[in-house]
Amino acid sequence: MEDKTPMVDELEKGPWPSYVKELKRAAKKHDSVKDLIKVQERSFQRKMTQWKHGGIVGVKGYGGGVIGRYVQNPEEFPNVAAFHTMRVNHPSGWFYDTKALRTICDIWDKHGSGMTNFHGSTGDIILLGCTTEELQPTFDELSEHGFDLGGSGSDLRSPTACVGPGRCEWACFDTLGLIYDITKTYQMELHRPPYPYKTKIKASGCPNDCVAAIARSDFSLIGTWRDNLRIDQNAVKEYADKKFDIQRLVVAKCPTEAIELVKGKLELTHPEDCVRCMHCINLMPKAIRPGVDTGATILVGAKAPIIHGAVLSTVLIPFIKVQPPYTEIKQLWEKIMEWWDENGKTRERLAELIDRMGMPAFLKAIDVEPCPQMVNTPRANPYFFWG
Amino acid sequence: MPKTKLAGMEIEIDEDGFIQEPDKWSKEVAEDLAKEESSVHPMSEDHWRLVNYIRDYYIKFGVAPPVRMLCKQNKFELKYVYEMFPKGPAAGACKVAGLPKPTGCV
Repeated sequence: MEDKTPMVDELEKGPWPSYVKELKRAAKKHDSVKDLIKVQERSFQRKMTQWKHGGIVGVKGYGGGVIGRYVQNPEEFPNVAAFHTMRVNHPSGWFYDTKALRTICDIWDKHGSGMTNFHGSTGDIILLGCTTEELQPTFDELSEHGFDLGGSGSDLRSPTACVGPGRCEWACFDTLGLIYDITKTYQMELHRPPYPYKTKIKASGCPNDCVAAIARSDFSLIGTWRDNLRIDQNAVKEYADKKFDIQRLVVAKCPTEAIELVKGKLELTHPEDCVRCMHCINLMPKAIRPGVDTGATILVGAKAPIIHGAVLSTVLIPFIKVQPPYTEIKQLWEKIMEWWDENGKTRERLAELIDRMGMPAFLKAIDVEPCPQMVNTPRANPYFFWG
Repeated sequence: MPKTKLAGMEIEIDEDGFIQEPDKWSKEVAEDLAKEESSVHPMSEDHWRLVNYIRDYYIKFGVAPPVRMLCKQNKFELKYVYEMFPKGPAAGACKVAGLPKPTGCV
């Protein structure tokens, strides 16, 4: 194949950053990246992927963490004949120092293509492009420097937390501590796939849900508070003095009309109606804060589409205090996993199993009493006309 | 497809070392696969118990057994399965049992 890649080159044009530019820079150092660019040109020409389906490779003692990739025409593209992906478990909240980042990059430059994806949608550090022979040495060197592989296949995927109390004043619990503890506790489940399919745990410190736990994880913990919003009236006045239209932008947008302006003061007149949507807090961060009796709501069953369509998670435990050693939370998760593992079909996520076997069967199996907060869609019965 | 020599025969394998000619599988081929792929030699009674279980299940149902069932019915802890086959049930044991590559998920 000739070296010209006109279709790929198109992606260098324009004022925005271009991954093709970066690939070409990397190609000066790594022959595999040269071939990768050609493979991409070929895939544009043929309008289909030039990678084979699947591949099972790994490192000793682990069943997950590496995703096998083989090119369809290894004779034509010998430098990407095997071009595996490694997932490296990220630290909670993705906090690194530059030394750690340099270490990963140096290891990867030495053993692989040098290309990374910080971070993949799994949350992990993605190292793209490794030959089969280099997998074990890469893993060994990463281990020596304190890194470990993340999840892949039918295992517990790398648990993920938002930056939480590390950088965010709205964090209602220590997302970093919880996810670090969970990662350490469930090393077996993370590295040696035991389940019918993948499963995910994500923790967000507040209902803004920066790690999209509600949309992506089978077991989500989302920060919330049991008491009321804290409102600083002096700060409210400052917003008003700066011509910030509190009535139009905050009060009128409150979805449950829980908050009102009363004689220039912002008051939570219907605290029982507040649904923790975060809108007022997001718009007036200096004046409004979550309450002080904080914890988390546990939800279950989110997933992207495979068997059924995409599903958002539903409430399982409306409120729980999140404190070390997190025994109650871990026991609940283990019970859920036991039921799913025993009853789930291959590639059936928790949401799909709950759908198939019914919420009552699920609640009975995990020994949780039904409560009104679990109702997914109130007033959804089409045969009943609500007044 | 590349070929490799197992039990004195030329057998076609895929990139991941799974044999492509299931008819040529024999106990000797399994021993050689275990040696090549997992540095296991000779295979112990438990190795054979697991490999035979996987093979029988595959012949009966046309798919590899779920990991949970594999552990439960053989009374093996998953950790022990990894001790026997360091690459795990899929990349290790299924390969030795002569199964086609299990379709994994990223």
